[in-house]
Amino acid sequence: MSFWRRMACAVLLLVVGVSLAANWLAPAGYAKQYREASDAPPSHQHWMGTDAIGRDRFARVLYGTRISLLLAPAAALLSTLLAALVGGLAGYSGGAWARGAMAVTDLFLSLPWLFLLITVRALMPLNVSPLASILVTFLMLGLLGWTSAARVLCTTAGSLRNSDFVQQARAAGIRGGRLFWVHVMPNLKPVLLAQFWISIPVFILSEANLGILGLGVVEPMPSWGSLLKELEGLVSVGEEPWKFVPLLLLIVVVTSFQLVLTKQEEVTA
Amino acid sequence: MTDLRGRFRVMTMKCRSAMAVSTFCLVFLAAAAVAQKGGELRFCLRSEPKTFDPLKVEDDASVAIRYLTAGVLVRMNRQTQALELELAQSWKVSKDGRQITFKLRSGLSFSDGTPFSAEDVAYTVRQLMDPALHSPTGDAFRSAPGNVETKIISPTEISVTFPAPVAGLDRQFDQVAVLSAHSPKKEMAVLGPFMVADYKPGVTVVLKRNPNYWKTDAQGHHLPYLDSIRLDIQPNRDVELLRFKRGEIDLINALDSEYFDKLASTSPQLVHDAGPSLDSEQMWFNEVAKAPLPAFKKNWFRSAAFRRAISEAINRADLSRVVFRGHAQPAIGPVSPANRFWFNGKLKPELYSPEAALKALQAEGFRLENGTLKDLAGNDVVFSIITNSGNKYRERMATMIQEDLQKIGIHVNVVTLDFPSLIERMTQTFDYEAILLGLTNVGLDPSEQMNVWLSSSENHQWNPQEKTPETAWEAEIDKLMRAQASSADAQKRKAAFDRVQEIALEQAPFIYLVNKNALSAVAGSVQGASPVIVVPQTYWNVERLTVK
Repeated sequence: MSFWRRMACAVLLLVVGVSLAANWLAPAGYAKQYREASDAPPSHQHWMGTDAIGRDRFARVLYGTRISLLLAPAAALLSTLLAALVGGLAGYSGGAWARGAMAVTDLFLSLPWLFLLITVRALMPLNVSPLASILVTFLMLGLLGWTSAARVLCTTAGSLRNSDFVQQARAAGIRGGRLFWVHVMPNLKPVLLAQFWISIPVFILSEANLGILGLGVVEPMPSWGSLLKELEGLVSVGEEPWKFVPLLLLIVVVTSFQLVLTKQEEVTA
Repeated sequence: MTDLRGRFRVMTMKCRSAMAVSTFCLVFLAAAAVAQKGGELRFCLRSEPKTFDPLKVEDDASVAIRYLTAGVLVRMNRQTQALELELAQSWKVSKDGRQITFKLRSGLSFSDGTPFSAEDVAYTVRQLMDPALHSPTGDAFRSAPGNVETKIISPTEISVTFPAPVAGLDRQFDQVAVLSAHSPKKEMAVLGPFMVADYKPGVTVVLKRNPNYWKTDAQGHHLPYLDSIRLDIQPNRDVELLRFKRGEIDLINALDSEYFDKLASTSPQLVHDAGPSLDSEQMWFNEVAKAPLPAFKKNWFRSAAFRRAISEAINRADLSRVVFRGHAQPAIGPVSPANRFWFNGKLKPELYSPEAALKALQAEGFRLENGTLKDLAGNDVVFSIITNSGNKYRERMATMIQEDLQKIGIHVNVVTLDFPSLIERMTQTFDYEAILLGLTNVGLDPSEQMNVWLSSSENHQWNPQEKTPETAWEAEIDKLMRAQASSADAQKRKAAFDRVQEIALEQAPFIYLVNKNALSAVAGSVQGASPVIVVPQTYWNVERLTVK
């Protein structure tokens, strides 16, 4: 493992660890409004200052990191499983099944996902608790984000279908589900893992995009998306540099994921 | 004698010196006055103007162009809020409020040289009231079905008779740009200080001085002083601010409070806070009987005591201070105190008191259990407040209200929706519990709010299009609004609208939150600007502005 990959792993572990310790590091919580100290610069009480309505930015970054970092992998897992199911099975089955599944995938790929998410959000019931909104946001991302991975998996599974070891297994009388789960799936694992790792930063950024549009995690829950909204309308970088902490964190985490991912890509290759 | 001669000589010399100094001063002042003339004023339109036809104007960008180019019979002075003569030399409204007679200035002509006469006013009124044109300006004059009659008494005198009394009839003419009946240039021939010279869609509108504009200043110089105005179409407010900072534009109207403070920290002399504007931010509950909501929630929302208690539990002072950084005032009622004549000065501002709010709710059968408010049937008091996504100020207000109401055990879910979805819920499906939005008031007259207060109206947001008023207080508001609209007596109208404001406060169908201040920025190079609260805040006296 190269130095940079080790560093990336260490950064990810550190960020996850610190965010999990948010309850101890920021006991006042992410929602408390210090209205007498709104939009304050960093101080002893508020290490990263406060936001426009007086909430401690450090606490919000910690809790927001926890939400984004824990749920993005969950959404990535869901989308990878869906991709394995649709793409893997379609590739393995071949013929009309593969063509049908890929047509559905293409249809999903052609949908403008942002508008789709906006529509789904508008159709959701209004009285959704902040916690439920987080789950729904990432669930939607997971349910809509499987398409690219499904195409890759379909092609890989298609090439495995006619491979020697699958032919031999067929000749030995192994059929259907057993052939797929025991002989095909283990060979798809590296691709699945790569797709999983790729999806995590994509979902983090997608949530951030939704948050900027005001459609992600609802108030008062923080997420990286809602924290990045603070940068909206910031005219000068030099004026309030502490507001860039969530952006820096996002860059560091996504870069770390990419460095870890390089390893997975090598494994896949 | 010598002494006297000597004194006389000294006095003569002093006189000559004084005369020389005076002459120099006069020459200097004259030169300065000449130097004042000319220049180009630059500012941004935040959207593409949808039309240059002043009678079809609806959007803000077109309203701005109409203000700069239109010749009107009377104009409301944006500073004093009094009506002043423009193309009319005098006007008279009949006692029944149905007829208005204008005596016009003579010898005026449109920008293309076409002479102005009563025929043009008659033509304008006919166009304005033509149902096929669907003029939003004309809608304000449609008090009853029937024809509007114009009678040309002489080339400089005309009377217009409406089928029914029109509330604030004379003030409505502030928005009516007089068109030429004969000019081949149609609506592009104007009587206002500027005329449209160039338009590049999506980029810019250039206005040039109208060479035939009739006004002069006290020294007899022709107005306007400016040669031209360049209006850049720029929807992005960040870019607008950056361009102002770089000196590429001279004015910003309706400045955001955050930007205001940022600009104030570096250049305090450039920003202007004119005090509370006519605009308000408010929330309301869904009181529609057929709304797809549980019956117990409908009962809460239709209870005045519940609405009043919510109103009492909201800390408006904090909303003004924190969300708008002090550039807003806690709202008292439907009319901003900035509307000097129509504001009911007897109304008392709602005092923030969560304890009193809780007590009022308990008197209605609600109870607080483990930090959660429950109704008589044991339902937790939980509701959602929708606001439009992307409006950070409203999102912040909703989040602060969420915390305020948590103190009395009410759990609020803040939901941000894209504007079309919000409007659909508000006007079509009625699938919402509470909405937080703002109301932009351009006019001062209560008749402009008829579409909000009449229970049969589509814009009666809390319960639109009622066949008959569903509550006694709504019936009373209907009666009062119709009474004020059909009267020409300003004091009677004021008394009726004062009562409407009282009822609105007692029943709280709208919970008024804050009146935002009118904030603007004017570059140091612009001389003569004195920003006001009424639109257009910074360039209301555009004829007398100069750019160094």
